Amino acid sequence: MEHVIIIGNGISGVTAARHIRKLSDKKITIISGETDYFFSRTALMYIYMGHMNYEHTKPYEDWFWEKNRIKLKKAWVSKVSPNENKITLATGETMHYDKLIIATGSKPNKFGWPGQDLKGVQGLYSKQDLDLLEENAPNNKVCKRAVIVGGGLIGIELAEMLSTRKIPVTFLVREHNFWGNVLPEKDAKAINNHIKEHHIDLRLNTNLKEMIADKNGRVRAVVVEETGEEIACDLVGLTAGVSPNMDFLKDSGIDFGRGVKVNRFLETNFKNIYALGDCAEQQETTGERRPIEAVWYTGRMMGEVVAQTICGNKTAYKPGHWFNSAKFFDIEYQTYGWVFPQPRDGEAHFHWLHEDGKKCITINYQIASRKFVGINTFGIRMRHEVFDRWLTEKHTVDEIIENLEQAHFDPEFYKRYEKHIKEQFKNELKINA
Amino acid sequence: MAHNISATGDTTYTLSLQQKLATLLGFTGLFILLLATFNVSFPNKTLWLTLSLSAICVGIVWFGVNQYQNKIAGIKNDGIQFSSLTSRGILAWMLGLFLTGFYIVLYFYPQYLGLTAEDQNNTGIIALFDPLSYLLSGNPASQWFVYGTFYTIAVVFFGIKFIYKYRHNHYQRLRTFSVMFFQLGFAFLIPEFMARLNSESFSLPYYDLKNIWPLNHYNFEQYRVDEFISAGNIGIALLIFGVASIFIITPILTYKYGKRWYCSWVCGCGGLAETAGDPFRHLSDKRLSAWKVERWVVHSVVVFVVVMTTAVIYSYLGDASKGYWLTRDTFLIGVAILLTLVFAGVIVFKRNEFKKDALYGAVGYLAIILVLIGLHYFQGSQLFLFETETLRSTYGFLIGSIFAGVIGTGFYPIFGNRVWCRMGCPMAAILGFQQRLFSKFRITTNGGQCISCGNCSTYCEMGIDVRAYAQKGENIVRSSCVGCGICAAVCPRGVLKLENDSMKGRINSNDVLLGNDVDLMKLVNER
Repeated sequence: MEHVIIIGNGISGVTAARHIRKLSDKKITIISGETDYFFSRTALMYIYMGHMNYEHTKPYEDWFWEKNRIKLKKAWVSKVSPNENKITLATGETMHYDKLIIATGSKPNKFGWPGQDLKGVQGLYSKQDLDLLEENAPNNKVCKRAVIVGGGLIGIELAEMLSTRKIPVTFLVREHNFWGNVLPEKDAKAINNHIKEHHIDLRLNTNLKEMIADKNGRVRAVVVEETGEEIACDLVGLTAGVSPNMDFLKDSGIDFGRGVKVNRFLETNFKNIYALGDCAEQQETTGERRPIEAVWYTGRMMGEVVAQTICGNKTAYKPGHWFNSAKFFDIEYQTYGWVFPQPRDGEAHFHWLHEDGKKCITINYQIASRKFVGINTFGIRMRHEVFDRWLTEKHTVDEIIENLEQAHFDPEFYKRYEKHIKEQFKNELKINA
Repeated sequence: MAHNISATGDTTYTLSLQQKLATLLGFTGLFILLLATFNVSFPNKTLWLTLSLSAICVGIVWFGVNQYQNKIAGIKNDGIQFSSLTSRGILAWMLGLFLTGFYIVLYFYPQYLGLTAEDQNNTGIIALFDPLSYLLSGNPASQWFVYGTFYTIAVVFFGIKFIYKYRHNHYQRLRTFSVMFFQLGFAFLIPEFMARLNSESFSLPYYDLKNIWPLNHYNFEQYRVDEFISAGNIGIALLIFGVASIFIITPILTYKYGKRWYCSWVCGCGGLAETAGDPFRHLSDKRLSAWKVERWVVHSVVVFVVVMTTAVIYSYLGDASKGYWLTRDTFLIGVAILLTLVFAGVIVFKRNEFKKDALYGAVGYLAIILVLIGLHYFQGSQLFLFETETLRSTYGFLIGSIFAGVIGTGFYPIFGNRVWCRMGCPMAAILGFQQRLFSKFRITTNGGQCISCGNCSTYCEMGIDVRAYAQKGENIVRSSCVGCGICAAVCPRGVLKLENDSMKGRINSNDVLLGNDVDLMKLVNER
């Protein structure tokens, strides 16, 4: 019986395992050194905040794996030997595979800042990181102030987490605005305000210079590049993005660039080795997508695709229309299609902001053809299925605005904003005409 | 995380000064009641009762509002899993024991609360409530009046706390306002006022109009039916309303809105669970094994209540010689025909949805039919080996008192706030049966946006593993869902929406739009 080994028990690897089991009788082993069982990494923040405990974050009960004959092994993989179809574990044990799936996810970026390996300096990605955070910042007596470096999704989550334990947070953001390399300025400004509303000391256009240690090798302060200001702190959260976790592949002969290089079938340069999820780097990208997509949803899709290929139905990774979501403190964010921070040539943005400053949308469209390109929504829920259809059918921005009610997904009895949005859209059309 | 003795666990979550004062105030009110229970005689009962209840009410609202007032509106479940009270710590067990003890005394030893023989004055805590009872109904208080007052205070004032907690969510606000209204008006005030209408020549039984059979398992007992009938047109109207509630009103509303119209908008048990019980909603058991137990237990209760009610009504109906159209035989045949129609209808029109559950239905149905035959065969008050009266009192004791009260509410801090609704309530089971098969209600999953975080499942008070559906892009159509809407509220990605829409495509059991291209989805769905 063919043995499929999957390294990594995140959403990509686990989705692959589940679909391989649906389609075949192959022997499946998932190896992870992080946890015994699959859990939702995106829920780590809720464990620290006390909304859930670790058990709640497991999408499947523990009996699920044995029932579906998916073997789980808790170990770190230290080496892959493609020519011998063999992997070596940190314990020295070796295992033979027929097909190997690398789904090892990411690790937090470190850009060579002085002091980046001090005690009290950490990222937030794994269960181990969470346990470490519980040690470094259990409350505001042990951790009197935290500094977060990097204004993206993990950074704002960490800020929210720490603020629930009443730990003062200084948030260093390199760009002009929070997540300024992704969000249009007006959207980002609304989030800036919301961050400050939560008493976060938000510092825009600010870079980290270095971290200073106390006599025990623990961080005691960070120094700001621009001003030289020293900010005393007991925790530094490094959240300046993530990069593929693949150090153990170094001398394996598997091709890698920034990530493990794969073709459209998620195959590496070895025919029986695949890579998916955060750690995979597409050599040929789809549409506007980046070569490395460290997103839950794309990991899940790749898992489904690779299962088809491994079970004899060779299938290319062809993700549908881009979508994503996040939550910034109390403001939910959804996006469908593409909205760039600046409209590209021939494109324009329509922006609507509610008077409370916590609900807004930005629609990206082509000026000449008026084709709808994408939408960002904040504080308003919209229907994925409807926007996916609109994108496929290539509707115009005017049609989207006219039929916005169809995409409504807020709970019942919520106030509706379509009327305001339409009015503003029409007024702007008149002014521009 | 280890439990902490302090009310909110980690020092980060200690009570604010205002919350401590609010707690002190509330407990002062309770302490007055405790003194009354131990027969401390208060000179001015009206004054002391007012002081005590005001202190409790103000304490609850003050505590609740203070908990959220310095926070920006949004989902604030911070520290729920660390707090001793809400994570089965020592405080939870203490509260559980206290509540259970209270229910046991209330149901079985009301004399300790001060209940006395009919011709004597009340003593203890019941006597303290006499002024309020006289004000409302003109009668002295009973243990049920005291309980009803506590219950109403809990629903209304913890309701205010809940509304404040979810002040950003219009669905939650409206729904909670609704349960507060029905508890205060229909369950508490109206029946008390109705009692004022009673005189020597006219008497209506105590009737909470929204308490529908089979939840109200005693509604068709002989003494009540006799009273309804002897009270003339009003009584007959109420009796007809009681029958119409379950056979006409309930099916129509459940078809249009799902069982939530009752369970989380109207019902008193639901009302308490959603307000005072809200901090314990995450304690419900989400395991598949719990679901299996739930289905057997709750449907057994339905069979039990149908058999019991049939037997009770049968026992007081006459035979043809009495000259009244509704004889024992007509009644039995009527029940048998109704059950057969329901079962046959489901088998014919809903067989696709019914496959898995057919066994459960068949077992229940057969059991009832067999009992009916048994009834007919013995032609008396005997039902197999049991007296009808034994059956009735056993149901009242086991289900009405122990299950709904002692376990259902007493164990809020241990099993969660909807154990009764999920495992025991026959009304919920019947509504759920319809909701699963014949209703426009569903929880829609928003395409592929689910990140499997687990907030929805964690905070589902009915123990539904919402995530299991959401992460597959599948709509949630479950008989136990009471439509509280909390899963949709706590979802950080806007994935869930409670909706009433057409029956077609309500259950989309295929893997749908998870973001893949269409060809792949076709492959995934071809199993």
